[in-house]
Amino acid sequence: MSVRGKVIKYGNNVDTDVIIPARYLNTTDKQQLASHCMEDIDNTFVKRVQKGDIMVAGKNFGCGSSREHAPIAIKESGISLVIAKDFARIFYRNSINIGLPIIECAEASEQINEGDEVEADFEKGIIINHTQNREYRIEPFPEFIRKIINAGGLIEAVNKGMLND
Amino acid sequence: MKAMTMTQKILAAHAGLESVAAGQLILAKTDMVLGNDITSPVAINEYKKINVKSVFDKDKIALVMDHFAPNKDIQAAQQCKLCRTFSDDNQISNFYDTGDMGVEHALLPEKGLVTSGDIVVGADSHTCTYGALGAFSTGVGSTDMACAMATGKAWFKVPSAICFNLKGKLNSYVSGKDVILHIIGMIGVSGALYKSMEFKGPGLKNLTIDDRLCMANMAIEAGAKNGIFEVDDITKTYLHSVGAKEPVVYKADKNAQYDETYDIDLSTIQSTVAFPHLPENARTFDNIPEIKIDQVVIGSCTNGRLSDLIIAAKIMKGRKVAKRVRTIIIPATQKIYLEAMELGLLKIFIDSGCAVSTPTCGPCLGGHMGILAKGERAVATTNRNFVGRMGHPESEVYLASPEVAAASAILGRIAQPLDVIKKGE
Ligand code: SF4
Repeated sequence: MSVRGKVIKYGNNVDTDVIIPARYLNTTDKQQLASHCMEDIDNTFVKRVQKGDIMVAGKNFGCGSSREHAPIAIKESGISLVIAKDFARIFYRNSINIGLPIIECAEASEQINEGDEVEADFEKGIIINHTQNREYRIEPFPEFIRKIINAGGLIEAVNKGMLND
Repeated sequence: MKAMTMTQKILAAHAGLESVAAGQLILAKTDMVLGNDITSPVAINEYKKINVKSVFDKDKIALVMDHFAPNKDIQAAQQCKLCRTFSDDNQISNFYDTGDMGVEHALLPEKGLVTSGDIVVGADSHTCTYGALGAFSTGVGSTDMACAMATGKAWFKVPSAICFNLKGKLNSYVSGKDVILHIIGMIGVSGALYKSMEFKGPGLKNLTIDDRLCMANMAIEAGAKNGIFEVDDITKTYLHSVGAKEPVVYKADKNAQYDETYDIDLSTIQSTVAFPHLPENARTFDNIPEIKIDQVVIGSCTNGRLSDLIIAAKIMKGRKVAKRVRTIIIPATQKIYLEAMELGLLKIFIDSGCAVSTPTCGPCLGGHMGILAKGERAVATTNRNFVGRMGHPESEVYLASPEVAAASAILGRIAQPLDVIKKGE
């Protein structure tokens, strides 16, 4: 699987309260959530994000609450991939469970700039920055997590009997 | 067999494995699955997509309507209704709504629903609170919650651990909140990312269950997967008093590997405040200028327990909160509310000019019951001070202990308890 898009970039410690503020959590409607995505740190995000865009950020992305509304809002807004130096752990597992691709890569997180055209190929384990002509190797997911991703998320994995003894 | 940490032992036992090692991915049985009025609706919708006829165990699921309850608007009411219907349909024994609910992480221990050695997963990041009782408990997402409700299992990456070796005794008017803010200030908001924080050492005997619950509660604020306290007589006495299941005690192996070990002398901890907008911006009063405030909130799963209210009332008794400081007291559960009433604390608060609320998360997450306007500042005993957490994106939250919050309410600025109370009080 591979994705390609323009980069929207943020800094360190992007928390779930800014990804989707709690005042909007009185709904589970995905599009409504997406319509407020990132608004407390970047009220231009919703207007400029395009399907396929890639979000790049620094360390500890998604820290804070366990709200799955956060990766849902990002995914629903059209973002195809989040690259960060590292992720807060609940955000990490939520993304995998709902099928939002995420990659930890310190170098890419530092060097990729806002607006760059970036492509990632998960099978080949590579990120290509077409604007800067640079490539980064990425760690493949462990087998267990790959199974969840390939199943299309945790629910599907359960339905396929993956969590049975 | 490899030496294991306390967390690793609990995980191994619940995965049916003799041992586990850091980094290993496992499927483990859960003893309790928790959700609230924000995360459960998402989980219930996901649960319905799973091919099962019933939940794995109706007694091992807890649904607590605490965030936007009593329902703050129509949408919140719809969400709670969805949870209520689901609970009725599945005969969930631990469904708590307005009237018997409390803030989830104060409620579950109080109801005896968690014991040492348990695995608890909750679709709420502060599920890590129950590590205070020697359980492995951790926050997960709604999809995890849905699958755990269906199968009684969850997947985990076995964490490595940081050891906090505590010694000494806290000074008066210093409490667990100051210790954990100090620790987060020291290691940072991602200092324990993916890891366990294990608390042990001779200082444990000087920490009450409430101190420990408060400290474990904020493990997530250092990025940790869980915080966990070694089980001792204080834990066992507490578990017995709330009628919890017989504890199963796991102890880290003597030669267990820790990524780091910190020695902390509790007697050196001072009143600590985390400045906006990260819990790691911890400062002590030698480094705090005069900062005027508009609101004080004493409550939440971090510091809404009876001992928190007792100490706040002690500081406020016979004094008035400063003019233009809205002071909101939120006992975390109905039981705490009632006990506070019986002890006369509510009268002290109301005489001082505070508002006392029914249990709710309310302002902690900027939900309702005390939202900040642009440019306003609050001192709160809650656990997060991110941008916009308590209201307007340009408002500010300063995290502190109930002692500091009470003193700040009286003086109208961020203040330490000793600025208010007389010597020997
Ligand atoms: S009191 Fe605050 S931190 Fe605790 S569960 Fe409620 S919203 Fe979350």
